[in-house]
Amino acid sequence: MTDLKRRSLVAALGAAPLAVPLLTHAQELGLNNKFKQISSRERIRQRYFPNLVLTDQNGRKLKFYDDLVKDKIVIFNMFYAQCEGICTPITRNLVRLQKVLGDRVGKDIFMYSFTLKPKEDTPAALKHYAHMHKVKPGWLFLTGSPDDMETLRRKLGYVDPDPEVDKDRSNHIGVLKYGNEPLERWGGCPGMQSPDWIAKTLSWVDWPKDMAKAKGNGGAK
Amino acid sequence: MAYISKRNRKKEKDKQTAANNRRELIAAGFKRRDLLKMGLLTSAGMLIPKKGLSAHPLNTRGSFDDDQPNSPPTTPFQELMPRLPVLAPVASLTPAPTAAPNTAAGEARTVAHQAFAQFPPQRFYEMSQQAGLVNMALPNELPAQTIWGFNGITPGPLIVERYGNLGSPQNGSVLLRLRNNLPANNGGFGLPSVTTHLHNGHTPLESDGFPCFFMERGQFYDHHYPNVYAGINSTHPGTGDIKEAMHSLWYHDHRIDHTAENTYKGLAGTYILFNEFDTGNENTGFRLPSFGDGQNPLTSFDIYMVFNDKVFDNQTGLLKFDLFNTDGILGDKFLVNGKINPVLHVSPRRYRFRWLNTGPSRFYQLFVLGPNNSTKSFWQISTDGNLLERPVQVNSSRFSVAERVDVIVDFTNDAGKTFFLENRLEQQDGRGPTGDVLGAGQGDKILKIVVDGPVVPDNSVNPATIPAGTYFYGFPNTNDAPRITRTFRFERGNGQWQVNGRLVGGCEDAPRFRIKRNTVEKWVFQNNSGGWQHPIHMHFEEFQTLSVNGNPPSSTGLITRGRKDVFRLEHNMETTVYFRFRDFVGRIPLHCHNVVHEDHAMMVLGQIDDVGDNRTQP
Repeated sequence: MTDLKRRSLVAALGAAPLAVPLLTHAQELGLNNKFKQISSRERIRQRYFPNLVLTDQNGRKLKFYDDLVKDKIVIFNMFYAQCEGICTPITRNLVRLQKVLGDRVGKDIFMYSFTLKPKEDTPAALKHYAHMHKVKPGWLFLTGSPDDMETLRRKLGYVDPDPEVDKDRSNHIGVLKYGNEPLERWGGCPGMQSPDWIAKTLSWVDWPKDMAKAKGNGGAK
Repeated sequence: MAYISKRNRKKEKDKQTAANNRRELIAAGFKRRDLLKMGLLTSAGMLIPKKGLSAHPLNTRGSFDDDQPNSPPTTPFQELMPRLPVLAPVASLTPAPTAAPNTAAGEARTVAHQAFAQFPPQRFYEMSQQAGLVNMALPNELPAQTIWGFNGITPGPLIVERYGNLGSPQNGSVLLRLRNNLPANNGGFGLPSVTTHLHNGHTPLESDGFPCFFMERGQFYDHHYPNVYAGINSTHPGTGDIKEAMHSLWYHDHRIDHTAENTYKGLAGTYILFNEFDTGNENTGFRLPSFGDGQNPLTSFDIYMVFNDKVFDNQTGLLKFDLFNTDGILGDKFLVNGKINPVLHVSPRRYRFRWLNTGPSRFYQLFVLGPNNSTKSFWQISTDGNLLERPVQVNSSRFSVAERVDVIVDFTNDAGKTFFLENRLEQQDGRGPTGDVLGAGQGDKILKIVVDGPVVPDNSVNPATIPAGTYFYGFPNTNDAPRITRTFRFERGNGQWQVNGRLVGGCEDAPRFRIKRNTVEKWVFQNNSGGWQHPIHMHFEEFQTLSVNGNPPSSTGLITRGRKDVFRLEHNMETTVYFRFRDFVGRIPLHCHNVVHEDHAMMVLGQIDDVGDNRTQP
């Protein structure tokens, strides 16, 4: 199996500011009147991670960026509890993935499943769903206001450019997106790939050894 | 009345107009879906404007970004188009290259060079993938950009090499050492783990840049490029088939799942192969315009042009990559050789331009726009770096991501005139072009060409005077019986790409197809979608097209007859192509070269070996 399982956890949380653009030249040329000096990490937060309040299967209110994404390695997918097609196999696959990732899930790696049908997927329904699949801690099933969930779906790229296709919710279910927020490394892969292979792809966004300080148990709050 | 900003007023008006237009069209009997299919309506419900390409980048929401729709403004045609610097060989490499992977010294390669003893490298090159700071526009319009490039520049250095003579093929053999000196910090996108594909060298496959053969920071990887013609160890022993000559190649990052961001960040460069026919000297061989030293405008008339489109963040002015887009990314700034909308000064004579589109997702159809919206014809001489039978006079060339087109443009009688390379192929999102070709002057002017250089001698062949018949090598025959015919159906399911109904496997999965070395195969590519187009690329071998939608490939208008390595699989298209897989073995991918699709698993991993399999739908 991958490094992720074996390697003692190391993290670079709160490391030196990442990616401050070189603007000295720009300042000389007056570009700083035209452009703002914002770190790329901050721009990614602004563009993709609105700090919406979501509710997990235990009824906890959580802020999307502050509580769920910041300083973490995260895995996103979209689903709904009553989905009869591909949701169940993907959820089962993610259960296997959670086993492969072991006790890092809930410490510095977090799995988030966002409902596409927030009206029917109440926290209680999500709790039932999680329980049914024997989901372990560190994997949250999240719901929120329909508007917020729609914003999130679009921000995270679970859309089809053809509006007719976009209406069919099953078109947003096949893809996992993953990333390391402070490291600004993001990617995607099919949700039905083998759990070992998904864990391997996650290792590519893992904390690099030469940036890392041993952190014991990672960035979990 | 509430305050509405100027921009919002304009947007509101556009929406109104669009709604009115839509109602009119719907009244005329078109359904919304028809309009989408016809490419007249965007997903945001806006009618596609008939004037201009309106290249607003789509955000991940599949609509125009409401707050910051565009890159910051830049003034076109201010800066000179750079000529690509030529990479100089080095006398030796330390540590010396070895056939077996030099793991102890930090080499990432895992497979021994299979043709090292047969073709010992005669020349050595070394480059590193590293960060660099470059200006893509005037420094008072956009800040300097941190890119990742080969030797810290983008496009990377131009490698100019020669095939060995037919009697001594080993003279063409070179070794390129690449070192991963990328930083851990990516500045917002990019994975500092890389593999480099020489597109589309007839290269032993451990050196080909297989997506799974990547190296991490601090490692190196030796690529052995024998630069031999296909057939060297099979049908044409000792020489290879001259009809398999390739002349315009390129190298680019191919990191599995992360190719789009890494190439967008700059990891791409070009590679030219000359031989005793396409010599680089207009007084010899085919007498194509001289390459010279590649720099001196008075002696260098063979110019590689690398096109790509990019988006810049409106707030920071820095290069922006849409991290969660899975459809394809369009830029609204067009770059040639690393500069936005540059200018090229030429002399009144013939030039060879080598056009390459590095993507990420846009298709081009380039015209040479002259004074008063005139369209200047030119001569297309190759497809994907492979010479046609003879130059073909055309008004335009279409090329999707990774395709190359070599052309000869004759400016002999144009002293004092100004031209533009204009892309008239309409494309509104990453799915592919709509199919509409805009009128002269209605497209995007990408490069300005001013014919104000001094009069210089022109000894290059005038394509207009070439007698009938084959002028270049001619094409290999396609008469040998294929060992197997395979079908690859490209489609989308659950928002995910599939080939023959299956997802791509991981690097460690068993190969989906096994080709028997030194055999012929026919492949059928199918696209059942009316919404998507895909540049389908096969590594290592060139194919010849046998049929498109049941018809013979046309040799007029858009050129489809030549040897190619990328097939533009357009809406609802089915094509049959002919491959010979010769000489070398190893792992090999077939994939979509819309690099965003590629990174979202639109790829099948196979291998060439001495056994083969019989899977007709891998």
